[in-house]
Amino acid sequence: MKSGSNLEKVLAAGHFAATAELGPPKSADPAVIREKAKFLKGYVDAANITDNQTAIVRMSSVAAAYLALVEGVEPVAQMTCRDRNRIMMQSDILGMAALGIKNLLCLSGDHQTFGNHPGSKNVYDLDSIQLVQMVKNMRDDKKFQCGEAMDVEPRLFIGAAANPFADPFDFRVVRLGKKAAAGADFIQTQLVYDVDKFARWMEGVRARGLHQRVKILAGVGPIKSAGAARYMKTKVAGIDVPDEVVARMAGAAKGKAKEEGLKICVEIIQKLKSIEGVAGVHIMAIEWEEAIAEITESAGLLPRPKVDEVPAAEAPKAVS
Amino acid sequence: MIKAQQKPFDEIRGMLGNAKNVLILGCGTCVTICFAGGEKEVAILASLLRMAEDIDNGDRQFREHTVKRQCEWEFLDGAAEEVKNADLVVSLACGIGVQATAQRYPDKPVVPGVNTSFLGLILEQGIWSERCVACGNCVLDKTGGICPVARCSKSLLNGPCGGSVGGKCEISPEVDCAWQLIHDKLTAAGRAEELEEITPPKDWRTSQSGGPRKIVREDLRV
Repeated sequence: MKSGSNLEKVLAAGHFAATAELGPPKSADPAVIREKAKFLKGYVDAANITDNQTAIVRMSSVAAAYLALVEGVEPVAQMTCRDRNRIMMQSDILGMAALGIKNLLCLSGDHQTFGNHPGSKNVYDLDSIQLVQMVKNMRDDKKFQCGEAMDVEPRLFIGAAANPFADPFDFRVVRLGKKAAAGADFIQTQLVYDVDKFARWMEGVRARGLHQRVKILAGVGPIKSAGAARYMKTKVAGIDVPDEVVARMAGAAKGKAKEEGLKICVEIIQKLKSIEGVAGVHIMAIEWEEAIAEITESAGLLPRPKVDEVPAAEAPKAVS
Repeated sequence: MIKAQQKPFDEIRGMLGNAKNVLILGCGTCVTICFAGGEKEVAILASLLRMAEDIDNGDRQFREHTVKRQCEWEFLDGAAEEVKNADLVVSLACGIGVQATAQRYPDKPVVPGVNTSFLGLILEQGIWSERCVACGNCVLDKTGGICPVARCSKSLLNGPCGGSVGGKCEISPEVDCAWQLIHDKLTAAGRAEELEEITPPKDWRTSQSGGPRKIVREDLRV
């Protein structure tokens, strides 16, 4: 085991993994994390704690991840390259590991022009691939980015993102390969609504054997309304929402749009389960955490596996 | 070349304070090429300031002068007499010229009349685009002559992020994705496999992150 995280164990045991998202509040209120954690506990293997998503200031992902951990929800702390240089990244990585956080998702981050501080200065000292490589070297070689050694390494299960719907399409598999080579253990993808296009991307992934090197969790998310579907289709760069999905949302009976959105989400999960190389789903029910129970139930993802026993081949060596 | 844009008229006027004799000092190089602070722009700005002064029944006097390059002492020295006679200088040069003028004439208030925008080129009449951030360690040999440091919104070094769609950057449909351009260029040149190599973290010491930069050429010193 690289990290001993629940997510790593579930994936190593060959289970179809399920993760969710827990967005920290735009306040210092820890109760928000506790409330949201209740909707996730027991329904998913781990929950991503977003890092100032869409460049809007929220509670620190590391602090919120710790609060989730205390509530019994295993966190995947997210870290973007937008707001930290390599000094702060490594500092936060050591800090999160010391707090018992075992999963880290490395991201480029949304550009700050999208957020509520568009006049801020960004960092981008490293890009996401360099971040993955740095974490791997810290964990496996006990080396800081500068090459200096450390005594106690951060044992983290390293994640990265992939967007099969961004351009250039042919480069998307190449980029996944670079993330795998850099040291990513798992991948969570952008929201999948166009399953056919995702399947084409997975063909490319399998052709390079990348599904055997990294665990791929396909991103899914319920849509709340026809308006939300149209917004994502036209305004959000890198999300493909097929006309058929927009039409289904628009055609839902009055007051039934949310129900239809959940139904579409579950159908997509079923389709994704049958694609070779998909190791799980990452369910992004943004500000709709209460939907996770229903989605996981309807998609046949419950109960979540309890993996206490680590397969012999994967058993960790004793740490002195 | 350096590209600049003239500051809003009211902002320039707001910087004049109690000065009665104002010199509008242009520069004949980069800011002339981009129509921000050359002889012609000096004349137009001076005329507008005079008109505004008339409307407000003010008594400020505006003189015009343009040197070939405000960033070089020998050219700047040609403006000595004009600067001496002024209470305040509005420099329409880039930030380098403004600072050179302020340094050469330390007792004279010098204010900027333009915003220095970027290092770039003209795409078509009236449109300029950034090309270089002077990071101090050029990578253009590896990226098909397209700079990801200056032209990728996130200065990424390992390919396009997930916000690249239809050749455009996530920040705006007006902004080309530099990595799409690099990808297309290298692919057309039969160099696509180079994009699979991981580019290690950049050493930013040669950039502004390393502090104010200086070049010392011992072979040229006297």
